[in-house]
Amino acid sequence: MTEIKKEEITKYIVISSDKVLPADAAMKIYESEFPVTVKETCFGLIVTGFREDVMAVVEKIRQLDKNHIFIKDRGFPAGDARRCRASRGGGPRPGFHFLREEVEMLPAIGAALDELEANKPLKKETKEKSRLKVSDLEKIIEAELSR
Amino acid sequence: MAKVFIYPINSLILSDLVERFGHKPLTMMNQIREKVTSISLDSPPINITSEDPKAGLKYAAIEVPAGVRGRMSLIGPLIEETEAAIIVENPPTNFGCVGCNRTNELTKYLVRSKNVPILEVKYPESEEEARDFVSKIAEFLESLPKEKSEEDEKAIEEKTTEMEDKK
Repeated sequence: MTEIKKEEITKYIVISSDKVLPADAAMKIYESEFPVTVKETCFGLIVTGFREDVMAVVEKIRQLDKNHIFIKDRGFPAGDARRCRASRGGGPRPGFHFLREEVEMLPAIGAALDELEANKPLKKETKEKSRLKVSDLEKIIEAELSR
Repeated sequence: MAKVFIYPINSLILSDLVERFGHKPLTMMNQIREKVTSISLDSPPINITSEDPKAGLKYAAIEVPAGVRGRMSLIGPLIEETEAAIIVENPPTNFGCVGCNRTNELTKYLVRSKNVPILEVKYPESEEEARDFVSKIAEFLESLPKEKSEEDEKAIEEKTTEMEDKK
């Protein structure tokens, strides 16, 4: 069984961004040369290391796309035999189902955070039907093309 | 910085939002970490011992199932630390540590009876609801005091005394 020192922590970095991929975030961490263990997953990354290092890494990654990258603590270290699928005979690990449900809501939460940051009122007033403005159409096209 | 209890207690969205707005989320993950990474192993693989249901007796009666008491031995200390709480109703799935509905009922009851500021919201299912969800949480978290906690103050004091000693 893995024994780790008490001050070591593990964090999930869940990426729901159009601009940043888990691989990009992992490369950023390798470049930063912090002594942390990184595991790339389908939804993002798992980072294990000393508290100060992990907090610094996590903050750096969050700044890549701060409203669309979400961070959560994890109890077990990355690759721990008690949770790793390889040693448990496959299937999703315990706790993944709830994470997967939450990951589906992240684009909407990210968009709400974007609006909050832009100081727009979050409750949209229902407007009467009107023609789409050219500037709004341009924004929609740019957003689609940047995907 | 307020210590904010969140329900579901392992929620990614809630713990991220609480940290984002400068507070400390009280989560199950930290409790689990202490259990699974402590060097002295009492009962491998996950260190839940017969002492844990006994610790849970503080929060639930003896005739309550051991699973509830075991869970309360981890959640109970968090409730004691709570300075504010966000409770989300109808979360989509409850698995693992939050898989016991009786524990969840007891947890919510104890938090509600603690006389701390509580925000109760519904889990969002659409973009419109997500907007409402985030705005309510942001408003609530911004209304909480952002003063430094006692632990932070102690850490700062220790640092300043160290600096003075070095001089």
